[in-house]
Amino acid sequence: MSDLIPLTALGGTSPRVDTFQGLEISECPEWALASIAARSGRATDMASAAQAFLGVALPDVARTAEKAPFSVFWMGPEQWMIEAPHDSHEDLATQIKAALGDTASVTEQTDGWVRFDLTGERCHDVLERLCNADSRSMPPGSATRTQLEHLGCFLIRRPQDSHFSVLGPRSSAGSLHHALETAAKSAI
Amino acid sequence: MIINHPLLGPRDSQEFTYLGDAALIDRPDWQAEDAVDQFHDYLYLRDNPAGIHRELWFHETGDRSWLVVTRDTTTHEITSVELARDVARARGRSK
Repeated sequence: MSDLIPLTALGGTSPRVDTFQGLEISECPEWALASIAARSGRATDMASAAQAFLGVALPDVARTAEKAPFSVFWMGPEQWMIEAPHDSHEDLATQIKAALGDTASVTEQTDGWVRFDLTGERCHDVLERLCNADSRSMPPGSATRTQLEHLGCFLIRRPQDSHFSVLGPRSSAGSLHHALETAAKSAI
Repeated sequence: MIINHPLLGPRDSQEFTYLGDAALIDRPDWQAEDAVDQFHDYLYLRDNPAGIHRELWFHETGDRSWLVVTRDTTTHEITSVELARDVARARGRSK
């Protein structure tokens, strides 16, 4: 077996953290992702199977739901993304597929995305320079897809105050991080 | 221009991609006797109205849904926005 060294999306051996006055931008590689989409006519069956598996109902349009170890956000009509800690749920998609069966199409998404978390009261000042989504008016526990540095990204407002996650395409992690860092330096 | 998304509310049109006439939903039956003629018309013949136009928009940097937007091509006023899925189902399509 080769001795491979795991690297984060930004190429480091440990996650990148940038600290500013009133803001911290941190790379979060420790999350597994899988998306679910209801098969034709099976949305209700999928919703009850998903609730049984997750321990919480699938969230409404543009909202999120949390029940440790899972968090779920709405992506589109009859589509959701599920997050769980990578250490305990490396095979998240397989687990979900086993629970949902033929009610849903399940897609492994973990390494398609890079996640940056923005925490601190100045996060709005950065986000308002970068994307269309109005972070100040997003209620806690909501999610939207928006364009950020020409990239289609998910912007999630966690239930905690002043905590946003940006999920962007992993192959553009460097550009996305550069945009966040530049906006933070300019705003703060 | 702002498109009032039926699920997500008002969104800037820069989030959307334009496809064209909503008549594209009515794809001809490929097994019909005159399928070749029907597909010719489906592919190449378009009305180009100055006024009310029903058209397909894709919410690309949003929830990735297709919308049927009714827009006045002379004023850009949008009078109705529907999910294309609902429009297609209302016309008897299965998905």
